Amino acid sequence: MPTRRPPGSAPGWLIGLLALAALLAACSSPPTPAAGTAQPGGEQLVLINKGSDTMVNLALAWAEAYEAVAPGVTVSVTGGGSGTGIAALLNGTVDLANASRPISEGERAAAEARGLIPVEHVVARDAIAIVVHPDNPVAALTLPQLSAMYSGQITNWSQVGGEDRPIVLLSRETNSGTHVYFLEHVLRLGDNEQPIFFSPETLLLPSSEGISAEVRQNPNAIGYDGLGYVTPDMKTVAVARAEGGPFVLPAIASVTSGAYPIARDLYIYTAGEPTGTEEDYLGWVLGPAAQAIVAELGFVPVE
Amino acid sequence: MRAEAVRRWPEMIVEAFIRAAGYSAVLFVGLILFFLLREGLPAFAEVPFDALFGTRWYPIEGYYGLLPLVGGTLVVTIGAMLIAMPFGLGTAIFIAEIAPRWARELLKPLVEVLAGLPSVVLGFLGMVAMAPLVRTVLDVPTGLSALSGSILLAGMAIPTLVSVAEDALDAVPNSYRDAALALGATRWQTIWRVTVPAARTGVLTAVMLGVGRAIGETMTVMMVTGNAARMPLGLAAFFRPVRTMTATIAAEMGEVANGSEHYHVLFTVGLVLFIFSFIVNLAAGAVVFQQRKRAERLLS
Repeated sequence: MPTRRPPGSAPGWLIGLLALAALLAACSSPPTPAAGTAQPGGEQLVLINKGSDTMVNLALAWAEAYEAVAPGVTVSVTGGGSGTGIAALLNGTVDLANASRPISEGERAAAEARGLIPVEHVVARDAIAIVVHPDNPVAALTLPQLSAMYSGQITNWSQVGGEDRPIVLLSRETNSGTHVYFLEHVLRLGDNEQPIFFSPETLLLPSSEGISAEVRQNPNAIGYDGLGYVTPDMKTVAVARAEGGPFVLPAIASVTSGAYPIARDLYIYTAGEPTGTEEDYLGWVLGPAAQAIVAELGFVPVE
Repeated sequence: MRAEAVRRWPEMIVEAFIRAAGYSAVLFVGLILFFLLREGLPAFAEVPFDALFGTRWYPIEGYYGLLPLVGGTLVVTIGAMLIAMPFGLGTAIFIAEIAPRWARELLKPLVEVLAGLPSVVLGFLGMVAMAPLVRTVLDVPTGLSALSGSILLAGMAIPTLVSVAEDALDAVPNSYRDAALALGATRWQTIWRVTVPAARTGVLTAVMLGVGRAIGETMTVMMVTGNAARMPLGLAAFFRPVRTMTATIAAEMGEVANGSEHYHVLFTVGLVLFIFSFIVNLAAGAVVFQQRKRAERLLS
């Protein structure tokens, strides 16, 4: 039954259309001001902070504590990976980029091509823990063993003193600073000229939670992650630099003394020397209150 | 007379608006293709052609082999359709032809609600609940595999498939069924030989929409397939991790510097995906068109 519209309702259609057009116009709001700089528009200053997923909890805890120290400043924190943060710094969309690896030569060149000089600040240290399922009998591995496992030469746990099970390799995605650090310092044992790669069988998981979830339930799995992300329901493996060396578990003391072999610095990058709000914030981050938060979250304080 | 004139104007505006809306669809597809080509084609100049057909995908060191990604998408999509087609068509036939009226009125909205589940929720469920189950039941090294991805994608494609296929079956005139039954066909014969073939075009559209959903889905796939860029060769590949094109773009696009080699290659991956879905649509269109021609011949 086709319904016939009374003639009077035609202008109603028109009004509806016009209203729709007005609504659409209202939706396409004017472009937001460039997020790159702290806006002194009101009394509230905003520092935009993005990058390393390893550091995201730390950065959030800092941002929260800093609000009590300097009530006029809001630090807005997001993750995404070290590469993401540095790319955002280069594109001018953030003030501070968190990175769990030093900036690469390519990224530095790209920054300089845009007239930016990235400045590095070491804000904490982190140990990368090797984690396995709690039922896995393997408790200690050497760096060469880890390298052989992750490059696909060792594929069964029995080859490193475990049960007869296939090894399932877990890694973070390639945009993670932890991934790059692990490639350079564990797979290639610090010699970046070596053509060693992650085995194509390596599962690249998009989050730390992905690695934790798989390690908790799969006795075949081995993974790595920042010490701050290790929970008691995973087993941490002690690591030695080489065959016969002392096997060390990651902890604040063993990282500070340099005994634990897989530890690194965590950075915040700024575009150029920090000034004003950025300088105040970074000064506070390196101070005792912020470094106490570092220790609280399972990372290792600097100085 | 005045009333006539008043009615003309709004009609003309509405007509122009509808026409513009219709053409805009073509315009958008054209713009998307243009953008993909503009951002993706430079990759062919920057990366040697045969390197794009390599078997190693490791972009941070300049390895841009697309084959593992294309293979990954194919494995997951084919797996999803193998699961979704029997279940989806079965459900559609049950709802349209067999279920009593009350069950039908309950089932159809329920299935459609299922279509609204956010994919990240499904992905999380898959990661923490289904992957461990797949691993223990099938005794494979890890449950984060192409199979887990296929099962979840099938789950997401089924509501679309059921909804569209059910509408198509519903549109088959009752006289067809009556005629078949009058000729002594059983209920099953009527469904399988008369109703489903008569609704073939709509059923095919349903399957293609399902394929489209499966090829393009990202979040779920990224969470449960393990994302290992290995070459999926042989039947065993269904039970191993894979890396799909969509997951690769989603995982890596945030990291790349604008205009870099990696950035261009990711757009090339997008271009390949676009071509894939274009072929699927074209194939569906060709089959539907051919069928219509035959039907027209018969009727004339």
